[in-house]
Amino acid sequence: MIVEAGHFALALALGLSLIQFIVPLWGARANDPVLMSVGPVTGLAVFVCIAFSFLALTVAYVTSDFSVVNVVENSHSAKPLIYKISGVWGNHEGSMLLWVLILALFGSVVALAKDSIPMRLQANTLAVQAAITIAFLLFILLTSNPFTRLIPAAAEGQDLNPLLQDPGLAIHPPLLYIGYVGFSISFAFACAALIDGRIDAVWARIVRPWTLGAWAFLTLGIAMGSYWAYYELGWGGWWFWDPVENASLMPWLAGTALLHSTVVMEKRDALKVWTILLAILTFSLSLLGTFLVRSGVLTSVHSFAVDPERGTFILGILILFIGGSLALFAWRAPMLKQGGLFAPVSREGALVVNNLFLATACATVLIGTLYPLALEVVTGEKISVGEPFFNLTFIPLILPLLLLLPFGQTLAWKRGNFLGTAQRLYAVFGISLLATIAMFAFEYGGPVAAPLGIGLGVYLILGSLNEIVTRSWAKGTPLSVAWRKAANLPRSTWGTVIAHAGVGLTVIGIAATAWGVEGLATVKLGERIKAGDYEARLERVVPRTEANYREDAAVFTIYRQGHELGTLESMKRLYVTRGMPTTEAGIMTVGLGQVYVSLGEVQNDGSVGVRIYYKPLVLLIWIGSVVMALGGGISLTDRRLRIGAPVRAKIPAAAAVPAE
Amino acid sequence: MVIWIILLLMTAAAVMAVLWPLSRHRGFTAQQLDPDTQFYREQIAEIERDRERGALLDSEAEAAKAEAGRRLLRATGMTAADAFVALGEPALRRRRAASTLALSMIPIIALALYGAYGSPHFMARPPERQAQQQGGNFDLMTAVSQIEAHLAQNPQDGRGWEVVAPVYFRMGRVDDAVKAYETAVRYLGPSTERLSNYGETMVLAKDGLVSAEAQAVFEQAVKLDGQAFKARYYLAVAAEQDGKADKAKQAYAELLASSPEGAPWAGAVKQRLASLGVEQPVAGQGDAPQIGAEDIARMVSGLAERLESQGGSPEEWARLIRSYTVLGQRDKAVATAARARQVLAQDNAGLKTIDAMTRELKLTDAAP
Repeated sequence: MIVEAGHFALALALGLSLIQFIVPLWGARANDPVLMSVGPVTGLAVFVCIAFSFLALTVAYVTSDFSVVNVVENSHSAKPLIYKISGVWGNHEGSMLLWVLILALFGSVVALAKDSIPMRLQANTLAVQAAITIAFLLFILLTSNPFTRLIPAAAEGQDLNPLLQDPGLAIHPPLLYIGYVGFSISFAFACAALIDGRIDAVWARIVRPWTLGAWAFLTLGIAMGSYWAYYELGWGGWWFWDPVENASLMPWLAGTALLHSTVVMEKRDALKVWTILLAILTFSLSLLGTFLVRSGVLTSVHSFAVDPERGTFILGILILFIGGSLALFAWRAPMLKQGGLFAPVSREGALVVNNLFLATACATVLIGTLYPLALEVVTGEKISVGEPFFNLTFIPLILPLLLLLPFGQTLAWKRGNFLGTAQRLYAVFGISLLATIAMFAFEYGGPVAAPLGIGLGVYLILGSLNEIVTRSWAKGTPLSVAWRKAANLPRSTWGTVIAHAGVGLTVIGIAATAWGVEGLATVKLGERIKAGDYEARLERVVPRTEANYREDAAVFTIYRQGHELGTLESMKRLYVTRGMPTTEAGIMTVGLGQVYVSLGEVQNDGSVGVRIYYKPLVLLIWIGSVVMALGGGISLTDRRLRIGAPVRAKIPAAAAVPAE
Repeated sequence: MVIWIILLLMTAAAVMAVLWPLSRHRGFTAQQLDPDTQFYREQIAEIERDRERGALLDSEAEAAKAEAGRRLLRATGMTAADAFVALGEPALRRRRAASTLALSMIPIIALALYGAYGSPHFMARPPERQAQQQGGNFDLMTAVSQIEAHLAQNPQDGRGWEVVAPVYFRMGRVDDAVKAYETAVRYLGPSTERLSNYGETMVLAKDGLVSAEAQAVFEQAVKLDGQAFKARYYLAVAAEQDGKADKAKQAYAELLASSPEGAPWAGAVKQRLASLGVEQPVAGQGDAPQIGAEDIARMVSGLAERLESQGGSPEEWARLIRSYTVLGQRDKAVATAARARQVLAQDNAGLKTIDAMTRELKLTDAAP
């Protein structure tokens, strides 16, 4: 019964979304507050309907109702409860339902923000939101219905793809979707501003938390996905420049640019048109990501089912929203008033440079992702654009951006002083250079990239902390006063500093991968395999049978330079229903590095193919990402109004701060 | 019935959600009516607070205030033209139109879509039965995992393998079933029934093809017991698949002759014989009109004519070759393969398709 009610609720949500699209838009045109006030209430109703529908599907999964095709195809009565629940979105239909659920959730939050958003802006935004909801609800109901019934009901389900039977599935997609869909709100606000023909600092202030929040969640989602792939897929890498990964990286790059340009807009009322364009592009890239992953154009663990009809439908949605919003932009953007002016060397100027680099990097990734697809369509030739392409194009774009980052952060608003800024960063330069040289000496003869990368990471961390120091401490200030001043700095400043330091941590983690070592061998019981200072000894192989899989677990003792560190287990599993094998890497964390043991084939004589990696500082890659997201979160709590204050020409005290 | 009442109530609630704001008269706050000037006033007030806290220098605060003041001036100029209109005749008409829209559109769209894709009749099914079935299912799963655990400890327990094999088969784990039978045969030794079941599972795992291994298993079963019906049946199928129609016909006929009256497999054997062109007195078998060998022959000759006159894809040629084999016309199949090779001489992929088909059908004399 609840399944049918859930199905009906989804259809009802579509009807309500149509009202939410038409009536508020009309109200905004006619300046009628009563019509506009229909928007928020309908937005909430849509959310209630979709939430109920999602709940219905979850109930079907939890009770293993095998009269629902979707449950039969992706669940199994013997599956642990957590995977029954996370299995709801571990398939195409369910994940699209999660997508619209989050969309409707955000719509209802906009609806509830009664007094902080001007009414007309709110009405237009909710209407644009409703248009997106309509498109995706139609997509779900017509091509990917999760509530299709199976008559007669099946006796048993076909189980969930074993790669997805992991806590990662409970976390990664919701985080990523909150990020993707969060940008839909920025998009809706941008379109609303274009419809209304007005955009100003008020707009930027309202949009900022949405962009920040979406960005923070997307950061976490990508990091989580990367860590999941790292421990589940068993090839020891954490980023593969796989088109599916790129699909999430592109909106992240554009979103990062949007985040920074919104700051300029809010503080200085400048870069308006560019910000609007970025908001549109960011969400367009999110949609493109959804298209690439969902249409089956790319085959990967994410494309659950290949269905050309769905692909065509999503392509239609893509054309409608990207084309429509860009047309709206081309038509209305020239009417927007230009904002404040600024000198090329200034915080604003630095942020423009940041935007240029990020946008170009994003374009690079876009080309690297779409070119092979286009080539395959046109010539039928299959090529893969992998790491070498991105190392040659993406890295040279990101490096100067990172080098300039502390400069931009130190420059003053409106007009800055380049030499003065450089002076303030002397100490930072010095320490980073020392760190690099020390690393060279310490790891003499090792890879060159690692010490340079670590030096860059240290420079980024110190460079951002430098802002706190220069703003709270001058020569002669007692430490207690400086501390109070630092604590009194706006939380958005702290957020910026922490997020940028997070970038530094990630850079260090990535640079240290160059020091990684690996070993590959076939070992028998009691034999050892070596990677650098680390050794693993195969103690025993234990066969186990669980509810829906059986596995051979190999137990290894790990040694560092002969000293025992402990044991770890690495598994090779066979999920019986699908007959699909998976590897579960055994991982031992040593400090910030990890020993990673992955099993190959078990030979007839009982020996096992084993691959062992030692990855120093590898955890920093993900810790850095979490710190970045945390910085975003701290900045998000800062609800102060902001306005940029230009600094008068000479401020003698603040220059040249030695940091000893 | 209950479901329709629930759906009706849901629809009513959704429509009410839209009608409610339309029916209300309420005041609007100053913030909503004039948000921009309000925003800049708050901004100026905050700059002042920051200066008092010491977060801003006097000079910075002055500059910031000047900037905010400029924006405030700009914002006040534009609000007058955009005043809200909530009263009067046009506003009333707009509200009525919006209400009508909600009243009509929401139910129509929801019911139309749900009517097209939903399954309200599915409610008729008693829920207890489903629960029972699932309980039983769960017991089966527990039983299987218990047996599996037992077998992991005692892998030489042939009885256990023999018990679990048909269960695997029913659960759709055909490959596991084959392995289980194989192990059972290894530890319990060959018996007619065991070998027949083993062979049958192998055949079903290969989608009905009797492989050479399966054939060997069946032959062993027949050696143990000349009467082994299942094994003899599959051997006949193997002969048929190898293109030895006469041998197959003879084997089927013998099987039928030696079977007891009303044997469950008699129907299947008769059907096989019919497809080989041997007329059997069909007594009361099925009311539904079946596609007979004649219909197939007619369709096949139609396809052959079309391919000869208009040409066709390699797949169509392959289909024709297979059709002839199924009809027992091996010589025609061989001739068609030769003709297809001629026509598709320029098409490498096509030739491969034809080769694959002749290999599959074991038309060895049709090899190029």
